[in-house]
Amino acid sequence: MLVLDFEKPLYEIEEKINNLKAMANEKGIDVLQEIEALEEKKNNIIKQEFENLTIDKIVKIARHPNRPYTLDYIERIVTDFTEIHGDRVFSDDHAIITGFGYINSQKVAILGHQKGKNTKDNLYRNFGMSNPEGYRKTQRVMKLAQKFNIPIVTFVDTPGAYPGIGAEERGQSEAIARNLYMMFETEVPVVVVVTGEGGSGGALAIAGGDKVGMLEFSIYGVISPEGCSSILWRDTEHSVDAARAMRVGAQDLYELGVIDEIIKEPLGGAHRNYDEIAGNVKAFITKSFDELLPLSKKKLLDKRWKKWREMTTQFL
Amino acid sequence: MALFRKKKKKEENKWIKCKGCGDTFYVEELEQNHWICPKCSSYFRISANNRIKITADEGTFKEFDKRITTKDPLEFTDLKPYKDRLKDAVSKTGNKEAVINGVCTIDGEPCVLSVMDFAFLGGSMGYATGEKLIRAVEKAMKLRIGLVIISSSGGARMQEGILSLMQMERVSAALALLGKKGLPYISVLTDPTTGGVAASFSMLGDVILAEPKALIGFAGPRVIEQTIGKGLPEGFQRSEFLLEKGFIDVVVERKDMPKYIGKFLRYFSENVKK
Repeated sequence: MLVLDFEKPLYEIEEKINNLKAMANEKGIDVLQEIEALEEKKNNIIKQEFENLTIDKIVKIARHPNRPYTLDYIERIVTDFTEIHGDRVFSDDHAIITGFGYINSQKVAILGHQKGKNTKDNLYRNFGMSNPEGYRKTQRVMKLAQKFNIPIVTFVDTPGAYPGIGAEERGQSEAIARNLYMMFETEVPVVVVVTGEGGSGGALAIAGGDKVGMLEFSIYGVISPEGCSSILWRDTEHSVDAARAMRVGAQDLYELGVIDEIIKEPLGGAHRNYDEIAGNVKAFITKSFDELLPLSKKKLLDKRWKKWREMTTQFL
Repeated sequence: MALFRKKKKKEENKWIKCKGCGDTFYVEELEQNHWICPKCSSYFRISANNRIKITADEGTFKEFDKRITTKDPLEFTDLKPYKDRLKDAVSKTGNKEAVINGVCTIDGEPCVLSVMDFAFLGGSMGYATGEKLIRAVEKAMKLRIGLVIISSSGGARMQEGILSLMQMERVSAALALLGKKGLPYISVLTDPTTGGVAASFSMLGDVILAEPKALIGFAGPRVIEQTIGKGLPEGFQRSEFLLEKGFIDVVVERKDMPKYIGKFLRYFSENVKK
């Protein structure tokens, strides 16, 4: 397990508590008071370190190697899930998961970026960076969802669409553009959860939803803070300034009227409690479905157009 | 003194150097030659205003939504405040945004024409740019005529953060509505068309035309080189490459572009009920 620098005090104290408990069990001594004191210390650390996270730490948590990814959410939220593969033209893109299952008793189509859990897995998943065939796979699933009237849930977590020779040869820009067009046209409810890193067009390709929720410590932006730093500051030293200036946090996006809801994370971040965050994500999806599923197709699409037509016009 | 300097500057502006062959040419000569180098045939990047001049039928272009402009909602500053960059762009181009909207005829066909201006912050798409493009779509729907967008843009505008990214979906959504009305959308790609502009409305034309040798792609060549750690093949991400790979319909010489646009507008509009 990887622990980030600013997480260390928390993990150290947790280790102390666990050791103390183990010792108490083994030797049968009463350490209740000591544990209580340590627990209080731990809560103070959490309050100090995690309650008002600065953007540099939020970026780190959003990209935390232990952060739950699409398959972790599927495992906890979706029942009877079957993954389906391939764009029927070129290949199967492992950086994007698609499939069908149920949430509660509601049928759902799932689209989600998938990062790897370790180096080997990451090579297989291309670090969650999709090629055109990944987006075209999601287009297939959107068509199926529409055909069989199944609402769509997407999980967004990618550094961006892959910048490679093959990606350009196979039309990365056309693939993303077509996704944007289709996400708007598809006549079923679309619920989007930004779970980690919303990296530019590669994220937006599956993020055009009727309801968009964003995890508290996830980020979403037009370019990575590093990319922005190297272009506008002409060096790599200003990525924190770039992240702050571009306002990439969930709270920022909520205030700018771009997302509908912030999904609360466990203290310290989603990676500290997979079940808890999955529960919160599920509650957001269920609530969104309650609102969207009763709407007629016409109402749904009218509402969707109104949302996009009005977005960002408050700044004109 | 000031007057003298100004005059001298004006004099200098009458000569332009070709990036292809390095020769200098008189502005009038270039203008008459559609801003193509008379010696080596390189295409000059041209301003939106000049683009309109060589595209719309003479005297037909009526600009609308001229006043729409961005207000720097993020109060963005990098090495220089975004507000200053905007001011520079406005005084450099004489326009208030990176796109100009108008109604005109092209080769005799009425249409809404939106032209992006690379000289305005690299033709980048901010929220006001997106708004203008949506209004162009709405105007075409209202007048029941086709839409032509001529792109030249580095992509979404970083200084507007997520607000600029959202324009990709907003404009694409508007185009989906236009499509449902059975009205044609001709997308014309010029050098360069990359990033969030390529990955949204530029690639959604019913027909996609491109000028020769224009740089067109999602990721910039430098980003790709850095990612894969090697050089790129000759002609990579140029119009002819995209034609070969099946992502654009026709590579059209600059002089012939109005004729091609007009032809497709006419062909697709014949059955549109007024």
